[in-house]
Amino acid sequence: MVIKGKIWILGDNIDTDIIIPTEYLAMKRIEEMKKYAFSPLRPELAELIAPGDIIVAGRNFGCGSSREQAPEIIKELKIGCVIAKSFARIFYRNAINNGLLLIEHSLIPDLISEGEYIAAVIGEYIEYKEAKYDLAPLPPNLMEIIEAGGLVAAMKNKNI
Amino acid sequence: MGMTISEKIIAAAANIDHAKAGDIHMVSIDRMMSNDGTTHLTIDMYNSMLKNPAIADKSKLVFIIDHNMPADSPKTAAAHKKIRDFAKTHEIAFYEGKGVCHQIMMEEYVRSGELIFGADSHTCTYGALGAFGTGVGNTDFLYAMVTGRSWVLVPETLLFHLSGSFREGVYPRDLILTIIGDIGAGGASYKTMEFTGSGAHAMSIGHRMALTNMAVEAGAKTGIFEPDEKAVEYLSAHGRQAKHLFKSDKNARYEKEYFYDLGKIEPVVARPDNIDDVVNVESVKDVKIDQAFIGSCNSGRIEDLRIAAEILKGQRIADHVRLLISPASNSVYQKALEEGLMGIFIDAGAMVVNSNCSVCWGSCQGVIGEGEVLISTGTRNFKGRAGHKESKVYLGSAATVAASAMAGKIVRAV
Repeated sequence: MVIKGKIWILGDNIDTDIIIPTEYLAMKRIEEMKKYAFSPLRPELAELIAPGDIIVAGRNFGCGSSREQAPEIIKELKIGCVIAKSFARIFYRNAINNGLLLIEHSLIPDLISEGEYIAAVIGEYIEYKEAKYDLAPLPPNLMEIIEAGGLVAAMKNKNI
Repeated sequence: MGMTISEKIIAAAANIDHAKAGDIHMVSIDRMMSNDGTTHLTIDMYNSMLKNPAIADKSKLVFIIDHNMPADSPKTAAAHKKIRDFAKTHEIAFYEGKGVCHQIMMEEYVRSGELIFGADSHTCTYGALGAFGTGVGNTDFLYAMVTGRSWVLVPETLLFHLSGSFREGVYPRDLILTIIGDIGAGGASYKTMEFTGSGAHAMSIGHRMALTNMAVEAGAKTGIFEPDEKAVEYLSAHGRQAKHLFKSDKNARYEKEYFYDLGKIEPVVARPDNIDDVVNVESVKDVKIDQAFIGSCNSGRIEDLRIAAEILKGQRIADHVRLLISPASNSVYQKALEEGLMGIFIDAGAMVVNSNCSVCWGSCQGVIGEGEVLISTGTRNFKGRAGHKESKVYLGSAATVAASAMAGKIVRAV
């Protein structure tokens, strides 16, 4: 699996209230909510993000609430993957369960610039400005969920 | 190698002899709680996205409406109706208007040694009784609801040794904010925060909840206390018994150990907009406030209401301040009534509102406007958490909040 896209940079501790503020959760459809993604921090960002773009952030991305709209909205914006130094654990599970690929990497977030391009070959390496950085594989049970397109799709594959 | 409490609970739930940090196991879930934050979404997925939807064991499920309670719009009313109808059809235990979900779970369901999933981040609260409670999203919840099982990564454990006793005017709420300030908002990511020592055993179950509840704010999978005689007494007073009374082995492996002398803890606040930006109350004194809130799954228990009442007795809050008080459950509300605390609050000029997530959730009541400042016993101070994105939230103990409401600005209680 190869992901390549333009970089948008966010900082440390990007919480679920920043990803999607509580006041928009009552909207019926994720499509309606998506223009408010990241609005407390960067109100213009959701409009600028193009399909396949990549978010790169610092530590503890997705901290806070267990609201699954947070990864769903990032998926709806058609973000290729999120690369961060670390992820909050509930967000991590929710993202995998929705088929949103996350990459934990300690170095990359400090090296890159917004607007540049980055590529990830899953389980092998990340490529940025012609340099390659090692990338550890995901545990097989998680990769199975991502490859199915999310946990519900994986359940259907097992006739649940 | 010995095991920690977390490892023992997961081993029991996986039906194996030994579990160690870093392993991934399939486990049976003892209890599953979902609230109106996401239950309507889970129901939609259950009804429309599965091939053969069926609930593994309805007796393990609890649905609670507490976030937007009572409903504040036709949209929320429709979501509530969906949850209420589904619970009735499938004979699922259902609560609405009875209090904050975690308080109800502690009063009615949680047993020491259980592994509990909640579709809410603050499910880590249940460790106050020595249960392993952890928050999940609604897809994980759906999977657990229909299979009775899920996967868990066995967490590393950080051990917090608590010794000594708090000085006057300092509370467990100040301790947990201090700890999060020290280790950071991601300082316990994926891990268990286990609390031990004489200072831990001296705390009431209600005060233990103030600690375990905020474990997730340091990124933890759960917070947990060894179940002792206080936990057994609490269970028995609520008509239940422990499932397992697990204690960590002497030779259990901890990733790191921390030592806190409770006598050295100061009254603190977490400043906007980061939970780990924790400072002594003195250093933000005189910050003017517009609203104050006492309640939430962190600090809306009888212990907190007593602390606030002691400060507010015979006093008035500042003219320009709104003080909202929401007891964490109706049984806490009833107790506060019996003890005469509600009269004190009303005489002081407070609004006592129903038991719900209230101001802490920032959506259904007591929302703050542009440029306003809130001091709160709630769980989070993220940007815009309590309303307008250009508003500010400070987090402190019930004592700090009550004293600040009277002064109209942030002050120390003692």
